[in-house]
Amino acid sequence: MDVPSDLRYTDDHEWIRDEGETGTIGITAFASEQLGDIVFVELPAPGTRLAAGQAFGVVESVKAVSDLYAPVGGEVVEANGELASRPELVNADPYGGGWMVRLRLDDRAELEGLRDAAAYGTLLAEA
Amino acid sequence: MTRSSPLADRHRALGARFTEFGGWEMPVQYGGIIDEHRAVRARAGLFDLCHMGELWVEGRQAGEALAHALVGDPPALVPGRAHYTMICAPDGGVIDDLIVYRLPDPRPGERRYLVVANAANAETVAAELRTRLHGFVARFDDRTAETALMAVQGPASAAIVSRLTDLELGAIGYYAIAAARVAGHEALVARTGYTGEDGFEVFVPVKLAGALWDALLAAGADVGLLPCGLGARDTLRLEAGMPLYGNELDRATNPYEAGLGRVVKLDKPGDFVGRAALVRVAASGPARRLVGLIVRGRGIARHGYPVHRGEGGAAIGTVTSGTLSPTLGVPIAMAYLPPAHAEPGTMVAVGIRDALVPAEVVPLPFYRRVA
Repeated sequence: MDVPSDLRYTDDHEWIRDEGETGTIGITAFASEQLGDIVFVELPAPGTRLAAGQAFGVVESVKAVSDLYAPVGGEVVEANGELASRPELVNADPYGGGWMVRLRLDDRAELEGLRDAAAYGTLLAEA
Repeated sequence: MTRSSPLADRHRALGARFTEFGGWEMPVQYGGIIDEHRAVRARAGLFDLCHMGELWVEGRQAGEALAHALVGDPPALVPGRAHYTMICAPDGGVIDDLIVYRLPDPRPGERRYLVVANAANAETVAAELRTRLHGFVARFDDRTAETALMAVQGPASAAIVSRLTDLELGAIGYYAIAAARVAGHEALVARTGYTGEDGFEVFVPVKLAGALWDALLAAGADVGLLPCGLGARDTLRLEAGMPLYGNELDRATNPYEAGLGRVVKLDKPGDFVGRAALVRVAASGPARRLVGLIVRGRGIARHGYPVHRGEGGAAIGTVTSGTLSPTLGVPIAMAYLPPAHAEPGTMVAVGIRDALVPAEVVPLPFYRRVA
């Protein structure tokens, strides 16, 4: 399973890429594969404030609805509008074109509380 | 205790993901639900239906016994024909929806029927039938555990099945059944299904399940037949406007509400379980109706979501099933609504999380194959 080494991960299978002041968030290859064919993504508008662990959107496969949780707190500066017409990008390219939102981080220290790639790989091995 | 299909090892080898359904561990998808769905619409798909219940009723009064037990009219079937029917409670609520096949008479003066029940209801239906057959000269035999059932569905299904049998498939009409050798094994071949496409359902003894599955997969490989799981089975039947027990049908629902009053044969000879209650519903009209919905805003209506009037206000109904239609590319759903709001063209609103999303009542089915 693809687990890029430059990302941080949650136990709910979101990833975040540390870009300094901002962080980009998506769901992992494992999550997208578990969900199956993704057909709908609902994301918050820019300006929305999120606390760490807060549900910020949903991703729907043919069969099921799953909540998305913010790995860290911050303000949404951009949401991936491409997913409205091409939700299948989440399956095809979960760490690239399938990204979901970009946050302005409240507190970079929150990133330290997340799993690194090795620790996330351990979580998957136990799943 | 979850039961496992005799084909479970094959599903695992094909990379299936499993789900619990009706007390059975069954494949929900192999490659992906949308690919499997499209294969059935364009070519063919192979489904493991070993979880379905196969209940046999035979004897001198088997027909009359089933006419008493079910809302349909099995004595009116000629040998080799089938019909879609239901078993109802005395209050008219649906215990299960069924297909009843009449097979050739086993002996002069005797009748033989095969009743196929949903997995989750098979034991309940078996118990009800045993009780309702009392007083009739009819034997009951639950052969669910000894029977394997698989379906080939899609426009290429006749070409695929014909490679494995000498049976003249053109002579088997829709909702017909015949005994035949398939891949060298004694089988029953029925032209029935749950996808809205042409297709066949093949019954064999459970020990032949693997051999038949392999033969069907191989026979369809060059035309693009895919193994299909319960996920695609659900989206296919939903596009075809077919009810799923537990979603559109349950004990609190009568056949008229589901738009299936035609299966209730009020004019057949003799009384049957549920008749008095169903006569009343037929006379007064159902209190709610099953409708098709197409969501006209952003969002997918799902099982259990509330339906409101177009202008908002209190909920007037509930979504029973919904998905994004792989064929139509729009969110489709079925829902129960009051008759006043059930006419095609009526605008309603589905409560999707914290939003009211517009949806239009449309006729069922959403998809009908070109004959």
